[in-house]
Amino acid sequence: MILLSPLDLALAAILVLLAAALTHWMRVGETRPLLIAALRTVVQLLLIGYVLKAVFGNVHWLWVTLLALVMLIVAGREVTVRQSRRFSGGWSLAMGSTSMFVSVFSVTVLALTVVIDASPWYTPQYAIPLLGMILGNTMNGVSLGLDRLTQSASDKREIIEAQLMLGHRAQDAIASIRTDSIRVGMIPIINAMAAAGLVSLPGMMTGQILAGSDPVEAVKYQILVMFLIAAGTIFGTVSAVWLGSRRLFDERQRLRLDRLI
Amino acid sequence: MVVACCFGMIEVVCVEAKDIQSAGLGPVTLAIDSGSCTGLTGPSGSGKTRLLRCLADLDCHEGDVSLNGASRESFTPPEWRTQVGLLPAESFWWSERVLDHFPYKQKPELDSLDLSPVVFEQPLRQLSSGQRQRLALLRLLANQPKVLLLDEPTANLDQDNIMRVEALIAAYRNQHRCCVIWVTHDRAQLERVADRSLTMANGRLDGDSS
Repeated sequence: MILLSPLDLALAAILVLLAAALTHWMRVGETRPLLIAALRTVVQLLLIGYVLKAVFGNVHWLWVTLLALVMLIVAGREVTVRQSRRFSGGWSLAMGSTSMFVSVFSVTVLALTVVIDASPWYTPQYAIPLLGMILGNTMNGVSLGLDRLTQSASDKREIIEAQLMLGHRAQDAIASIRTDSIRVGMIPIINAMAAAGLVSLPGMMTGQILAGSDPVEAVKYQILVMFLIAAGTIFGTVSAVWLGSRRLFDERQRLRLDRLI
Repeated sequence: MVVACCFGMIEVVCVEAKDIQSAGLGPVTLAIDSGSCTGLTGPSGSGKTRLLRCLADLDCHEGDVSLNGASRESFTPPEWRTQVGLLPAESFWWSERVLDHFPYKQKPELDSLDLSPVVFEQPLRQLSSGQRQRLALLRLLANQPKVLLLDEPTANLDQDNIMRVEALIAAYRNQHRCCVIWVTHDRAQLERVADRSLTMANGRLDGDSS
């Protein structure tokens, strides 16, 4: 494996600076966010690099759990801020985190104990990257699904209420919006699986190959990860959208858009 | 409130609402007898629509509503809204095909509202607003509600169709002994259809002018 020197990274950084200069010159207006995001990449990744190094050095379930919880909280917050109309009173955070917790953790634990079978099963070198990849993708599905749900419910308020007025049950009145929201959450992972290897080489596999692994071994891991991501994303999106569609109505099956902000 | 009706039977209160209060509305108390029609007028924004929505249990509110003496809580929400049918001022449709909106896709009787069966073939968005409004009334009546809450049911219609709608509602009311609340700005229409009329202002019922 060829090790990267700080100079190598500096060269790559110059490319980003050039791109930033270009957007500034063209008055695109995203120069500052671009630079801040690039800086965050450096700081956050360096930090997580050292954290991982420390956790890998002291294999203990407590450290793994702690790191997993921090990741979950950050993902939950990210789901919430990505909503254009979110539930008031912390419900978006609660529903996003709950559904991600249930789906991501069950999929990851299953993969670690049954499929990978490392010893101990929570070996951080496997557990943390797997969890991170599944959580990151599930987070996308959950936030896309919830966003579509709340957005559509607000846009189609009259259509939903027209059905309520005629005696339809609330969950029937929102059924088409609910399935549409789940579909929206699933599309990215379906596209990723369909394009994998043809259009794009998935990042995880590329990383392993760059690090000197045998491509076929890397591909096997990538397939595993893709499947875990697909399962996690779909379970997470379905449960988040389901919880959200319940929260949109009260016990008298009234559409409660006042619960959105 | 007990009135003798034309058959000499004792008529009971059909729908009763006590102390209805919601944002910008109330408190409103009213009782409507079976087979009667109450007109409701008042300036825009005075709370007429809000009152109907509260009666149909679509908006949160305080107060109690009952149907034939049974409190609303003893009905499931779908049961209640099937019995207490609200016809909103603008009709909304969730499918492209007219028949998808009728229970069991049963074709309604169209003649009484001068609609031709062609409406079943055309996509909904190609129908005029007047056609949709008349279909919305048929869609509501297909549920056989015991209470009709009508929010300007003839607003988009020409004179002939206004008369047809009034006649259809009157016939339905006679046949099912249902009670009606009819919101309209048209005084002449109130004279024709309502047994009594109430006026709303600033979220309250102003006075009882029979």
